[in-house]
Order: sequence, then structure tokens, then C-alpha cells
Amino acid sequence: MDRLEMVDQRAVEVEEKCVERVHIRAQEPPLSLEAPGCTFKMARQKGLEHGPRRGDIGAMPVLQNPTDARATVRADGDLVELRVGGVWRLSEALPQWKDLAPAKVSGRLRVVPDGLGYWDMSLLLFLDQAARWSVVERAEWDGSALPERLRALLVQIEATREAATPVDRCENLLVTVGLATRKAVREMRFILQFVGECALATRRSVLNPGHFRWKDCLAEMQACGAMALPVVSLVSFLVGLTLAYSGAIVLRRYGGDIYVADILGVAMTREMGAVMAAVVLAGRTGAAFAAQLGSMKVNEEIDALSTLGISPVRFLVLPRLLALSIMMPLLALYSNSMGVLGGMVVAKTVLSIQPTAYWVEMLTIVDLPDLAVGLIKAVAFGLIVGLSGCLRGLQAERSAAGVGHATTSAVVTAIILIITADALFAVLFNAFGL
Amino acid sequence: MLSDSKGMESPVVPGDAGTAIEVAGLECGYDGRTVLKDVHFTVRRGEIFFVIGGSGCGKTTLLRTLVGLTRPVGGDIRFLGRSFTGAQPSERLQMLRTFGMLFQNGALWTSLTLRENVSLPLEEYTSLPQEEIHRLATFRLAQVGLSGFEDYYPAEISGGMRKRAGLARALALDPQIVFFDEPSAGLDPINVRRLNALVSGIRDTFGTTIVIVSHDLESIFGLADRLIMLDATAQGIIAEGTPRALAGSSDPRVSDFLRFSADKPV
Repeated sequence: MDRLEMVDQRAVEVEEKCVERVHIRAQEPPLSLEAPGCTFKMARQKGLEHGPRRGDIGAMPVLQNPTDARATVRADGDLVELRVGGVWRLSEALPQWKDLAPAKVSGRLRVVPDGLGYWDMSLLLFLDQAARWSVVERAEWDGSALPERLRALLVQIEATREAATPVDRCENLLVTVGLATRKAVREMRFILQFVGECALATRRSVLNPGHFRWKDCLAEMQACGAMALPVVSLVSFLVGLTLAYSGAIVLRRYGGDIYVADILGVAMTREMGAVMAAVVLAGRTGAAFAAQLGSMKVNEEIDALSTLGISPVRFLVLPRLLALSIMMPLLALYSNSMGVLGGMVVAKTVLSIQPTAYWVEMLTIVDLPDLAVGLIKAVAFGLIVGLSGCLRGLQAERSAAGVGHATTSAVVTAIILIITADALFAVLFNAFGL
Repeated sequence: MLSDSKGMESPVVPGDAGTAIEVAGLECGYDGRTVLKDVHFTVRRGEIFFVIGGSGCGKTTLLRTLVGLTRPVGGDIRFLGRSFTGAQPSERLQMLRTFGMLFQNGALWTSLTLRENVSLPLEEYTSLPQEEIHRLATFRLAQVGLSGFEDYYPAEISGGMRKRAGLARALALDPQIVFFDEPSAGLDPINVRRLNALVSGIRDTFGTTIVIVSHDLESIFGLADRLIMLDATAQGIIAEGTPRALAGSSDPRVSDFLRFSADKPV
């Protein structure tokens, strides 16, 4: 057996394998159920049909995969003949119609299968391109020689092509503004309705405390309070540190180093403690609430509550709101002390102020009302974080993207409202002389 | 009461007859888009009633409107003779307790165990002591073949089991009407048959009225006493009757839908 014969033998083997595969793919039980010998014979016969090609391979110096998809175009007067053969797989390199299309044609484009093996959507796409070309060139399409299944698919793909007019989602400015306004109004109404529901549910729970979900509330308190301590510690300590440094730069110039304690005391207790705790919880707990309620909505769990006549607000929102409005002041208090501690460290190391002096100086200016101002704010911030988290969660669209959007939106809403409320409180407390 | 049995054989109902649900001139939709209009039908007590139709025809919208999750645009729904659409909030709440609903994926509360899921409606609406609730929940779970799984969380069990647990929860308050949203979706044929057997068992034992939204032909032919078929383009009911009567319908939209089983009766 010389080298060329071996190549030939190899080609037959590949062809056989391929034919067997085609049989399995095409689900023709009689063939695949036959004895291996018969299959072999079939394969051989099939192989012999490609006589000329096999000869080609034999004559060619390099081994070429005989299963490659091939397409040839031959123009003969009015008739253009397109021969397709081989194995067509989407994952492999395929002939392109635009490389093959004849320059001009009149009359007929006839498609003839020529030793066509396995084929998938790639052949369909190829033929669809040819068919589209024939429409443009006004050539008559003749696919009558193609297998029945392929012809049916071609009709289907053609139908989708005709129907596919792209949807224009662009609106003009007026429509966009109108839609946005309507959305804003709807949103506003939803928020009012939600706050109202919360108020009603609170009244019911106060009148009937036995029905309140204490267990959930305690679990949430642990999750949003105790578990948040490390983050709150770190953030507050560093904020105290930074405040002390910036204060020290100015105060040193006037020789008033010791007043850094006053700055820290007032800033932390009145402002930063509550705000820092609230921002941390907005990111930590508000987002968690939105994600939890959002995925409960996706999973129809909220609907399941509604059909039982259990108000989702009472059942899910109130325990969370209560947990946050209890834990937020406690965290703010903790944040105060961590911030003051941060300032103390800077005072000792940079300004050489003894901690006792720092402490005594701070107590001359920080009074109970300052602490109260911070704590009142903290309760309000807790409600804001809880409300925006739950609101966005309940508003979430029923999809994975909807839950993600709800989470983002919850954090953004909470932070905006916290800063706004803080400004309002500043005005309010100033008016009351606190 | 209203009776629209136009020569159909009436289903075998143990005990009383009468109307469970009356829907008159119902129009549903959302965001200003009408999905269904002018819907009229009646479900008798103790009947297994199917709502069928192709995708997007408004089956689920109809179901959500019936159980009060979506407000109807117009028309009236009456349960056991009382109007649901015009009910006061307190009355409405009371009526909600007479329903059970099985959601497509069970909609079990993921943070609660199966027993807690079944117990929750009982805790909310009964004054039973905790042990009694515990026992009742265990019994309900056993009824649907989930003994031994009481302390599992929904994420730890299979889809078929979740659905059965959802059924146990829907039955917790001994509802007079149970709604099912695509009960056979995502289940293998054996589990579908098991669920169907459970459903007919519930009807036979408790005389519960059952409304099922589905397009599983085996369930339709095996279970349904009567059914209505909705259509997206007609935006309403295009056929009503027994499964056999509809399979022989002259309307191709109806007979095509039900053809498979008409050739090969179950």
C-alpha cells in the first residue's frame, strides 16, 4: 500500500464516520439499527458516490478533509447552477455566498445537492443569502432538488425575514417628557400609598402587638446592628482621625490646639455620628432589604402573602423598619465614641495633648442636647433607610435585572434623602435654638 | 342561581350544587392596555374548572384578577354569592381566607421551613395553640406526601416537592376554592399524575371548588369537569364546555388546541 492509497483509505474512514453521524442525527432508525457490516456497505456506497472527489484527493499532494462544506457556481447560459455538498457545520469555516455570486445573471438559479452530508443552520443561512440575492437580481429561484426538510426550513426562514421590521423605540422629545412625567406622578403616588400603608400597619400593630413579627424583628436587629459594628467602627474612627487632622492644621496656627477636642465633640455628636452610621447602613442594610424583597417578589412570595390577606407591609416592612429605627441611634452613639477616639489618637500623637485634657475640654462644650440632636436624626435616618430599601424592593420588576436596579435605587434614594433630611434638621434645630 | 348548562352533562358533585364563582362582564388589563374584556362564566361548587388558552391570552391575568392581585378594569366577580370587586376591605380580607392559591413555582417563603410555611396562615388567622398548629401543619404536609421534610427549607427540596408543599400551604385554612397557576409546569409526567390525583382527592374529600390555569392536555382530559378557552385576538372566551365537547368543536382554534388527546383519549 503506497502513501496515496493510505490517504485514500483515510478519506473513506472519515467519510464513513461522517455518514454514520448523519444517520444518527437524521434519526433514521432502520439504518442505525442495521448490523455494522451493512452500515459499512452503505457507507462505502455513499463514499463511492463521491468518486471524482476521492480521485481529487488521491491526486492532491496534501490531505484535505473530505467532509468540508463546499459550494460551486457554474453559469451556463440562462441557468446558474449552485452545487452544495459536504458537511455544513456552524462551527467550521464555510463558503460565503458573496464570494461566489456571479456578476450578472438572467433567468434561473438552480440549487443542486451534491453529496450533501450532515448540515445545520449554516447551510440554511447560506441558501437564504443565495435566495435573497436571486430576489435582488430577479433570477428565478429553483430549489426543487433540495431535500424536503431543507425546503420547508427555507420557507420558514423567509417568512421571518419578511416579518422582521425593526421596532423603532425612539420617541420624540414631547412624548419622552410626557412619559417621564407620567412615570414621576405614578412613582409619587406609589410612595405616598406606601407610606400611608406603613402608617396604617403601624397603628394595627400597636393595637395588636401579639401579631407583630417579633422574631423577624430581632433577627433583623442583629443583622443590621451587631453585624454592622466592624464597618461602623472603622469608618467612624477614620472620619474622627481626618477631622482632627484638618482641624489641627488651622488651630495650630492660632495656638488653639486644644480646641480640636471641641471640634470633634460637636461635629461627631451632632452630625457625623448619625450621618456616618446612616450611610453605612444605607449601603449595607438598605440594599439588603431591597434585594430580599425584590427577589421575594420575583418568586411570587409577596403575592402569596397578599392572597392570604396578609399585608406584605405589616409582615415584611414593619419588622425591618422597627429594627432599623432602634439600631440606628445605638450605632450613631457608638459611631460618636469611635470618632472621638480617632480624634484623641491624633491629638495625642500629632498635637501632644493628653487624653484626659482632651476629654475634659470636650465635655466643656458637648452637652446633652447635642447628643439628643444626633440621636433624633439617627432615628429619622433609620426610618429613611428602611423605607427606601423596602419601597424599592416592593417596586422591583419581576426579573433579575429588576432586583439589581431596585438595590441600586434603594441605596441612591436613601443617601439622597439622608443628606436632604440632615440639611432640613440643621435649619429646624437652628430655629429651635438647639 | 345562574345556570348555563346548555345540554352539557353536569359534573358529579358530591353533596350540594350551587354557584361558587360568578364572573360577569369582567374586563382586565394593566397600564391602559386591555387584555380581556366581556368575560362571563360561572363555576359550580365542587367543580374542577380549567382555564386554557395559548400563551399570552390572558389566563394568568384572569387568575390574578380573580384572586385580587390585580384590580379589574370593569365588571364583577362574585364568590359564593358575595361580590368581591365591590367588597369593603374588611369583607374582602374575610373572603381572601376562603381561597387558597398555588403559585407556579410554589412561591414558598424561602426564609421559612416547610412546616413554618404551612403554619403561617394558621398562626395569622386562628387562635390555635402552637402545638396544634404544629400538628396540623405536619398532617397537611403528610397529606401531600412530604412526611419527614417538615424542617427542610424550600431551597433544599425539588421542584415537584416545592409545588406539593405549596399545595399544603394553600390548603392550610381549609379553603372553599383553590386556584392553581400552571400546576404541571416544570414537572415530569409522573409528578403531574401524582399532583392530579391529589387535586381530585381534595375535591372528592372536601368538596372544594378548584380552578386551574393550565395547558397540560393530560390534566385537562383527566381532571376537568368543565373548561373555558381564552384567545388573545378575541380578548375573551371563545369556548366553554366539557373537554370532550370542546375537542369535537367545529372551531379549529379550539379543536386544534385539544387535538392530541382527542385522537388518543386518556
